[in-house]
Amino acid sequence: MLKRLLGIGVFALAAAAWVQAPAAAQTLDKIKQRGVIVVGTKADYKPFGFRDPSGKIVGFEPDMAEDVAKKLGVKLEIEPVVSSNRMQFLQQGKIDLMIATMNDKPDRRTVVGIIEPLYYASGVNVLAAKKAGLKTWEQLKGKKVCGIQGAWYNKPVAEKYGAEFLNFVGQAETETALLQGNCVGWVYDDTAFAERLADAKWKDFEMKLPTIMEEPWGLAVKLEEREGPWGKFMTQLSQEWHKTGRLIELEKKWKIPASAFLKKMNEEAKKAKS
Amino acid sequence: MDFSPLWDWFRWLNGATGIKLTIFYDSFDRWRFFYGFLTSVRLQATCLALSVVVGVVGAWLQGARSRILRGALQGYIQFFRNTPPLVQLYFFYFALGYVLSVEGDGGLRQTLVSSFAWAVICLSLYAGAFNIEIFRAGIEAVPKETVEAAEALGYSRLGAYVYIVLPLAFRISLPALNNNLVNLVKTTTISYAIAVPEMLYVANQIWSDEVNVPEMMNVLLIAYVSLVGVVVLVMNKWERALRVPGYVS
Repeated sequence: MLKRLLGIGVFALAAAAWVQAPAAAQTLDKIKQRGVIVVGTKADYKPFGFRDPSGKIVGFEPDMAEDVAKKLGVKLEIEPVVSSNRMQFLQQGKIDLMIATMNDKPDRRTVVGIIEPLYYASGVNVLAAKKAGLKTWEQLKGKKVCGIQGAWYNKPVAEKYGAEFLNFVGQAETETALLQGNCVGWVYDDTAFAERLADAKWKDFEMKLPTIMEEPWGLAVKLEEREGPWGKFMTQLSQEWHKTGRLIELEKKWKIPASAFLKKMNEEAKKAKS
Repeated sequence: MDFSPLWDWFRWLNGATGIKLTIFYDSFDRWRFFYGFLTSVRLQATCLALSVVVGVVGAWLQGARSRILRGALQGYIQFFRNTPPLVQLYFFYFALGYVLSVEGDGGLRQTLVSSFAWAVICLSLYAGAFNIEIFRAGIEAVPKETVEAAEALGYSRLGAYVYIVLPLAFRISLPALNNNLVNLVKTTTISYAIAVPEMLYVANQIWSDEVNVPEMMNVLLIAYVSLVGVVVLVMNKWERALRVPGYVS
């Protein structure tokens, strides 16, 4: 009986591996044929990707997607993704390109094709009530903190500082849980908090801890197309974005505090030209 | 007992075949998956017991003389039976949770009811509403003559319910109850939406960190097949033990 059960398990694993086998179709050809590019971005990450009052997804990343569509001369379609499904959507071909605030991590590089140069960078911080008086990361030990399902640093922060995570699917649920007092603070990208702290709704909150685990963000294509025409096209466009200062322009447009990362990348790209 | 050779075998399995079962060789993942399993079992056991209690008490109240009581009970059944459990869970956690939060020490807002407790309350009431109807069907199947005979012998309404009607009704209801309880065990997975660290929630965290979705899906399936298998086994044993020869089936 046990042997048979084990056999079924192995079969299921093998079947799952088979489903993941690379599809032969080239994304670039597919996009041109369809006349439409489908880009996965966040829809709950102000100001990088969010819904405007009319329900349209706008922001820093949708603007980048717009640039890609314009360059290809095709129509743009935006598919909202969340952290826990963005890589699967890309693998399944549900989206052609993913620009979804994803940190570049070695184990993610074995799953999706992360394009270099990387386009942004963020670190990890805690948004907490001023009254909680958080000064150091060590104070989180044994305390309940809120987080987002699928963020890579939930595990290291839990391991290193002993925080107890309550993770939700999107930012709206997490925000509500924090405001209601389900947790002392919210562990997330510092870039997501900068926008909030400027809002009167968050006047009793602060972000006082030093930012840790600063990591760049990468946009991604299917793993097997990283070196193909589609991946090369995106690499070239990314270089252009840095060189022309387009990303800094977008940063200003969406009123994001200027990041040192973009400035450095812009200077390096300019130097490489001369 | 030292399990490390077993864990090492799973590490080797990952290197050799790419089957990444971190819940065996990564101590952090192992601990949290085990804790998730325990949380699932605790949640399921608590909800099973409470929902049966709700069912038994509710079915009795359905025969109450007070019209207000019957009306209130009917309202409860309709509300919980006709709305999706996920919506109820969100409603309890995010809407009622706010009403029930207080200023704690240092002026920090604190909630009085944890997400685990909300999941227990919500799922017990949800499955309880179904159980009431299941028991009602059983009670109505008990012959009127039997109840009249009990009354003739001087039983009160409660006495007749506890000693005569319920034991018979329970036997008639068991197959349907069995069904509903199996469903309840599986429904506990939705509590991952309000961050109850049960198995699906933990598996979701692990596959987000380790990018091993197919492996964790298989682990979840096997874990649930075994958990539900245990419930079905116990219920079937119970059904057989309670059988009154010549009465029902």
